[in-house]
Amino acid sequence: MRSLFTIARLRLRDVDLRAALLALILIAAGSVAVHGDEGVVAVRASGGFEAKLEYCKTCHGLSAQGYRGYFAMPRLAGQQPQYLENQLRAFTERRRTNPIMANVAHSLNPSMIAALASHFNHLDPRPIGGAPHGALALGKRIYEEGLPESNVAACWACHGADGKGQNEIPRLAGQLYEYTVGQLTGWAKQRGQGTAVDTSAIMAPTAHNLTRSQVEAVAAYVSTLQ
Amino acid sequence: MSIRVMKRIVWKIALLLLGVSIAPVAASEAVVRNCTWCHGTSAQGYMVAPRLAGQRSLYLETQIRAFHDHVRDNPFSKQYMWGAVAALGPDAVHDLAAYFATLPPRPANDGNRSLTAAGRTIYMEGIPDANIVACYACHGPNAEGVRDIPRLGGLAYSYLKGRLEQWGQGYHSVAGSPMPLVARPLGPAEIDALASYLSFVR
Repeated sequence: MRSLFTIARLRLRDVDLRAALLALILIAAGSVAVHGDEGVVAVRASGGFEAKLEYCKTCHGLSAQGYRGYFAMPRLAGQQPQYLENQLRAFTERRRTNPIMANVAHSLNPSMIAALASHFNHLDPRPIGGAPHGALALGKRIYEEGLPESNVAACWACHGADGKGQNEIPRLAGQLYEYTVGQLTGWAKQRGQGTAVDTSAIMAPTAHNLTRSQVEAVAAYVSTLQ
Repeated sequence: MSIRVMKRIVWKIALLLLGVSIAPVAASEAVVRNCTWCHGTSAQGYMVAPRLAGQRSLYLETQIRAFHDHVRDNPFSKQYMWGAVAALGPDAVHDLAAYFATLPPRPANDGNRSLTAAGRTIYMEGIPDANIVACYACHGPNAEGVRDIPRLGGLAYSYLKGRLEQWGQGYHSVAGSPMPLVARPLGPAEIDALASYLSFVR
């Protein structure tokens, strides 16, 4: 009882109480994660969670807005929890190639992943900016109408009119320009590796059918969405 | 006193006299000489003054501005660099940074050889269980740096070690730098290994 009381007091002191309650409700409804809510609460109340959160933000930006290092580290803020969980599993299962993230993901247990994914989903810093502005109109057109002549569907059909994504479909709004360009141009080499079923197959034809300049246009456009 | 050190001092005195005797030298040459007096005649670093040769020009600019605005505040910065950059205008800062970035860097090769394998592993992979991130993600596969992220490969062991220690000692560098977070979980053994490894990287 005493420890439960301590946890309850810790939660009340949390400035993000509303977000935490929402997360608990979503977890109780079974729509965020299959892991037990006791696990998430225990992880978030422990010192390990804050340290791991800082570890993520070291590379992904101090507000999780993304960061330009030698490589472009993607924005995690506002990202769909199911997408983050699926990608972290994809790194460890080698469905997605990334030497750094494979090691990182190995050190995270399912409760920690659920707690981190829920936390990042509730962050909303301004987009990092820095994309070229020359092709925003073309990017907007591709996002909203697709390119029927090239068999490219309108992005918003799956990623949403506001680019926020849903479930395993990622948020694109505010994503780093360089990151989106890198993912769309390297899709077949990085995603859907091995023989396991992977939802990234859905994007493979689209990524293949977009030209480099079309990728750059749509990446610039989504980077401006709030 | 070794012959090498004596030669260096004689050489510097000669340069100084040369500078005094040829009065109308170009401003940038005079300013460069003010830097190389401490950072070494070919800007490869000397004692506590780090190598500037081959450093990223944007990094050099942000650091000079941080000295100028008294933001980078470790003891040697305060003692030497705050005064050294006080009179530099924006054009001079840009020209100096661009000049030193073009000089070919030589590795210091002065770390502990037996620690380089351990250092390389931390550099490339981090230690995820200890929340230590991979340096590689920002500083690049050959520690070459990019934009305002500095080249680390081949800097002197003592400089690298001191800088990694200073993040945890409460000193500042540039606003918004992730380095205080990066360095927080690093212990003395990890710092020793990283500084050793990096000193040998070309």
